[in-house]
Formats: sequence, structure tokens, C-alpha cells
Amino acid sequence: MSKLFRLGRGIVIVLVAVLTMGSANTAVRYNELGHKMMCVCGCNQILIECNHLGCPDSDRMLGELRVSLAGGSNDDAILTAFQDKYGPTVLAAPMLTKFNIVAWIVPPAVLFLGIAATVILVRRWRLRAAAIPASPRATEFPAMRERIRRETQL
Amino acid sequence: MPTFGSFALLLALALSGYTLLAGAVALYQIAMRARARVAPERLAETARRAGIGSFIATTAAAFALVWAAFNNDFSVAYILHHTNRALPGPYKFAALWSGQEGSLLLWAWLLSAYGFVLRLRHKVDVKLTAYASTILAGVQVFFLLLLNFAAMPFSLVSGPVPQDGFGLNPLLQYPEMVIHPPMLYLGYVGFAVPFAFALGALMMRYPGEKWIHITRRWTMVTWLFLTCGIFLGAHWAYSVLGWGGYWGWDPVENASLMPWLTGTAFLHSVMMQEKRGMMKSWNVWLIFSTFMLAIFGTLLTRSGLVSSVHAFAQSSIGTWFWTFLIIVMSVCLFTFILQRDHLKAENKLESLVSRESSFLFNNLVLLAACFTVLWGTLFPVLSEYIQGNKVTVSAPFYNRVAVPIGLFLLFLTGIGPLLAWRSSSFKSIRKNFVLPSIAGLAAAVVVIACGVHPWEIFTTNEQGSFYAFFAFSLGAMVVTAVSAEFLRGAGVISRHTSQNLFASMVQLCRRNTRRYGGYIVHFGVVVIFIGIAGSAFNQSREEELGYKQSLNIGPYRVECQSYSQDSNANYDTEYALLDVYRGSKKITQLAPEKRFYAASQQPSTIVANHSTLAWDLYVIYAGKNPDTGQPIIKVFLNPLIAWIWIGVGIIVGGTGVALFPNMTAALAAARNRVPAAAQAAAAVPARGGD
Repeated sequence: MSKLFRLGRGIVIVLVAVLTMGSANTAVRYNELGHKMMCVCGCNQILIECNHLGCPDSDRMLGELRVSLAGGSNDDAILTAFQDKYGPTVLAAPMLTKFNIVAWIVPPAVLFLGIAATVILVRRWRLRAAAIPASPRATEFPAMRERIRRETQL
Repeated sequence: MPTFGSFALLLALALSGYTLLAGAVALYQIAMRARARVAPERLAETARRAGIGSFIATTAAAFALVWAAFNNDFSVAYILHHTNRALPGPYKFAALWSGQEGSLLLWAWLLSAYGFVLRLRHKVDVKLTAYASTILAGVQVFFLLLLNFAAMPFSLVSGPVPQDGFGLNPLLQYPEMVIHPPMLYLGYVGFAVPFAFALGALMMRYPGEKWIHITRRWTMVTWLFLTCGIFLGAHWAYSVLGWGGYWGWDPVENASLMPWLTGTAFLHSVMMQEKRGMMKSWNVWLIFSTFMLAIFGTLLTRSGLVSSVHAFAQSSIGTWFWTFLIIVMSVCLFTFILQRDHLKAENKLESLVSRESSFLFNNLVLLAACFTVLWGTLFPVLSEYIQGNKVTVSAPFYNRVAVPIGLFLLFLTGIGPLLAWRSSSFKSIRKNFVLPSIAGLAAAVVVIACGVHPWEIFTTNEQGSFYAFFAFSLGAMVVTAVSAEFLRGAGVISRHTSQNLFASMVQLCRRNTRRYGGYIVHFGVVVIFIGIAGSAFNQSREEELGYKQSLNIGPYRVECQSYSQDSNANYDTEYALLDVYRGSKKITQLAPEKRFYAASQQPSTIVANHSTLAWDLYVIYAGKNPDTGQPIIKVFLNPLIAWIWIGVGIIVGGTGVALFPNMTAALAAARNRVPAAAQAAAAVPARGGD
């Protein structure tokens, strides 16, 4: 049980580390924040990757981002300011707030629960199979199976 | 011609309706052994022939629409809105799937074509085919109802007929427009066939697993079409600006990925049913889900449920699709509940470390990936419902949630083939895993030595290096595992037949096409992962380039030779001629363009790309500086992109191999003229079948 606890704690630490990683200098922050927002022209592209010609919004928004960074705002404040100005759809992914956290938790939870359920199911099947006594002819089967496998497969 | 087309659609609906009703009545009478004036077998035969007739009628309707496009019949509203006189011939042909009504007609036509082939090959199993044919007719009726009453492709324009059409959306005027949508639709529609067989087999309590053998090739071909369709779309999105690169996690892209993921899971788990009589209910629901997800994808494209760059065909027909989905779900659920005792497994899993459990985990991960994509696609709708405001779920979400699942899947791709059916001993695991593990570790060291530092994820927000590190390392592990399988088998054949290793490998593939074709597909998947991992190291530069001015990126120097403009009946264009040098040697000349289409009054950009195995030099004509009149050139250096397309080619090859029937041991021996070949086959230390 303690092993399981330690494993679970490790997974949580890694997840938290991955999901809440910090940022460094202005150029890196510009790149990171540019990747955390969408262009609002309707092209559905990441702000800093918006590459369609004549986009009426991306250059202006990137300019605003540079100004915000130069003004010394922190990342959260910049994202909030953009969110206030352009609406919540300007963020490229839901923030870790209130209901939005569900978006991040559910898929890994489904995967882990699925794996756990599969492991438990297979163990139960194994135990049930072990509880049934082997028939007297059962000892012949492996040899027969081996012969069939040899003769039918490469 | 519009009248002819409308009549053909109506006739197709009548014939499909007859196939559905007569088929259902005949099958009911056969099942209940009911007495009837007309023998049910004869009634079923008339239903089959009506189904063939509906194919001819649907073909006539599709032909009528293409004819109208080629003859500039702008009295047809659809032709008016999607073509114009100056549109090149291939795009006029592609008008069939350029808009909502036409693409639904393509759906119906492909479905009727699949049904036509199925009904011609009915002697494979008359009764099961009759069930499948009736179910397919049900699906066909839905699409023909849509075409006749909700999305009519032959609607006429009101008032005077315009002299010219509005033209095709410039983003769609790209060579892949001719091939990508049909491929994707062949995939979507094709899953209706295994779905129909699975539902039919369940309805009639079909004994044994023959229905899987019958549908195996259908499923694989369909899966291949969908794979090709998805990657042709990716290539198109990469080559056309404004579509977010080769994969933008757009809802419509996601819609095509979901049935692909469940279809892939089905292709794997169905082997457990064939080999060990296990996972019957699971398989039935996998193929049901795959078909329903294909319908759901079409619904997403057309209903406006989510916002998408592909949303050029939104309308109110979403209600029709919801209704159809609910009907399909109800029929599947009802049939399953009624017949679930028929799906009892003949065996249970005996070990967590076995080929069966690797298939099970593979399925689990594929479904988790599918759920993640579905969850991300629908979360904005859920958020709006619960919080009252929409949120965006885009690449950053999928990069953090879906990509790790993909890497886990890559890991399973490597270890699955190394495990034996039923149970693997510790000794065999140790023996089989040593080499791939060493290869994976060696690759990890090399990758770190080359400057890929996965630990950067903890110091910056950069995930690219982290994912690339695992993609390269796991890729090396999988390639080693697959290669070892090939070499082991080919080595034995080579020893016994004195053939060279390559010839032995060919014979090995032919002896068990499904297994070794599958391994080739896995190899292709690894190559694709390697290509995708390259995106972590993209570079870009943007500069204004006058005559003989140049910019440097990576090992290349891009020098402007000239810039000019031109025009034809379809568009006006501005372009630059750029010489590309590597060192002092000129490699190629690129000509990025910016076009302005006359009919639609919309601009479009034609990217110039110099692709090598190491990277793509991707050049965009971003416009002219209004002050100097000089072109602004944007250059990207995208590493390893070519490997994505090569990987797809390998997948196509591998699936092709898997589609071939096995060469029998006797034939192999005869070919080799060495009787010992047959013994060689037995001597190969195979760890199981597929």
C-alpha cells in the first residue's frame, strides 16, 4: 500500500510540475504567452503561429503582448488582461480555474482508471481460472497446442 | 440535367427504401420461419437487386452534378456557388464535394458503391450479406432522404441565371482538393460495411467468427483510405497558409481522427476474437462506435456545433444527423441487449504479461486517446452549457494531454510483438527485451548528445524537447523490436533455403502477410512520430528582400533573383524568384506566390517548399512593402517533415502486404524447390500469430 502511495505521490508531483512550470526571460515569456493565446480573426490558430496573409489581428495582438511584457506585468496578469479584452476564447487552452480544471483532469483520470480496471479484471480472471481444477486431459493440451502452432505458423 | 439528377435521386431513394423494407421483411420471415405468399429468399433477392439499382441511380445523380459543373449550368444553385467558367477542369470535377449538398451526394454515392460490391459478392455468405445489405440500405435511405428533402444538390436559382459562378473558395483550389475529400469519405463511409456486418451477425446470432474474416479486408481497406485521407489533409494544410500547419487540432480534423483511433483499436482487438474467441462484445461495440463517430464527424462539420476553419458547410441539417445517430445508437443497444448471450467469450486473459493483454492495453490507450480528442472537441460546448461562456481547447491542451498518450501507445507498439500469446515467461521477456531496451537507451544518449535536453521542460515551458526525446528513444526501441522479428524469421528461412536475407524477408512476409504487414505498419507509425518530433526544432525568419539581397537560415542562403506579377483568367499573381544556396552551391530556385482570385475576390498564398530528408525550406511570399515595393519573404526551416509523408507511404505498403493472402507452406516449398523449406517454416521460433 505504501508503495502504491509513493507511486501516486510521484505521479502527482510530476503532473503538477509539468502543468505549472515557470517561465524565464522576456523572449521566452513572449514565446510562451504567444503560444498560450489564439488569434481572434477566426483562423483558429495559435497567436504566435498565425501565418495567414493579411490577418487583421495577429500583428496588433502580438504588439500588445510586447507592450505588456515591457510594462513588467506578470504572465497571469497579461493573460487576464487579454481575456478581459477579447473574451475567454482568446486563451488557447482552459486555465486551471474552477470548472476548467475538469478539462485537464478527466482524460488522464479516464486513462488511469481504465488501466486500473483492466489490471483488476485480468487478476480476477486469473484467480478464477486457477480455482478451476484442471481436467485429466488438460496435460495433453499444451503439447497438442504446441504441435498445432508449429504446423500452422511460421 | 437538374431534372434528371433530381429524378435519379428520387429513384435511388425509392430503390433503397425497397431494399430496406423488402430485405427486413424477408429476413424476418426467414428468422421466424413464417409462411408467405412469396418465398422470403426470392423477396430477399429482389431487395438485393433493388440495392444494385440504387447504385446505378445514385451514380446517375452524381454524374448529373458533375455534368452541370463542366457545362457551367449556373441555373443549379450549387454549381453557381461552387464553380465559375475559368475554374480548371479538375476543380470543376471536385465541385461534387466542394459544398454541403455535393459532399452528401458523394457520401451517398460511395455508400451505394460499397453496397454494390457487397451485393455482387453475396455468395460469400448469402444470409449474412442479406442482413448487411439491409442495414446498409437503412443508412443509404437516411442520406437519400437528406438529399431529396433537406440538402438538395439540384435546387435551381430563383430569378435570372447569372452569366458566371461565384467560384471555388481559393483555399480549396489546391491539387489535394481532388483527392483528399474522396479518400476521407471512402474511409468514413467504408466503416459502414463492417458495421453492417457486425450488426447483422449479432442480429442473426451468426455462429463463429467468419463475419470477421469476411469483413477483414473491408475494414483494412477502409482504415487505409481514412489514414490516407487524414494525411493528405495534413499535407494540404501544411502546404496552404492559414490552416495551422499539418495538424492544428481543429474540431473537424479531430472528427476524422476519432473513428481512425477506434478503427485502429478494432483492427487490433479483432485478432483476439479470431485467435482466442475473446472480446466479442468489445469488438462489436468498437465497430459500432467507429461508425457512429464517422457520422458524428460529419455532424460536427455541418451542424455548427463547434467553430472550425472547415466550417464552410454549416446548416440546419444537424438535427437530421442527431436523429440518425440516436436511431443507430438505439438499434445497436437494443440488438446488443437482446443478443448479448451470443457474445460470451470462449477464453479469459490468463496473464497480464501476454500478447492478449498488450492488445487490451493498446485498445485502452487508443480509446483513451479517442476520448481525449472527443473531450477536447466538446469541452467548449460543455463549458458554455455549465459556465455560460465558451473556452478554446487548442494545441496546448492536446500537447499536454494527448501527446503523452500517443507516446505511451508508441511504447506499446514496441513491446506488443515481443510478448507471446497466453503468457510470457520472465526468461523470454528478458531475452526479447534486451536488444530493444539497449537500442532505446543508446538512442536516448545520442539524442541528448545532439542537444535535445528533455529536462528543459522543468526549467522553461518548452515541451518540444521532452516529447522529441521520448519519441526518438521509443522509436529506436520499436524499430529494433520490429527489425529483430524480421531478422529472426528471415534468418531461419535463409539458413534452410540458402536464399539471401532480403529474399527470405519477402518470403517471410508472404508466409504471414497479416503479421509482417502489421509490423511494417508499426514501422511506418514510428517514422511518422519521428517526423512529428522534428517540429520541436522549427526555425523561422522574415525579411524584406530586394534584388540580389539574401537571408540565411540553417545551412541555407536564400537570394532574391527577381520579383514580378502576372495574371490569367482565374487569378492575378505576385511572386518572387528566389535562388537557394547551400554554401556556394545553388541547390534550387523557389517561387512563392500570392494570388488574388477574380471570381471569389479572395487572396491565397502558394507556398514554395524545398523538401529534403533533414528538413523543409518553406518559403512564403508575405506581400510587398508599400514604401519600397520590395517583397517581404518569410522563411521556415521545418526539420524532419518529409519523414511524416514517408511514414504514411510505409503504412500504405504495410497495409498492402497485410491485404495479400498468405502463401501456403507447400507453395513456399515448391517455389524454393527445397523440401526443407517446409521444415524451415516449422523451425522459426514464432511467438504467435499476428
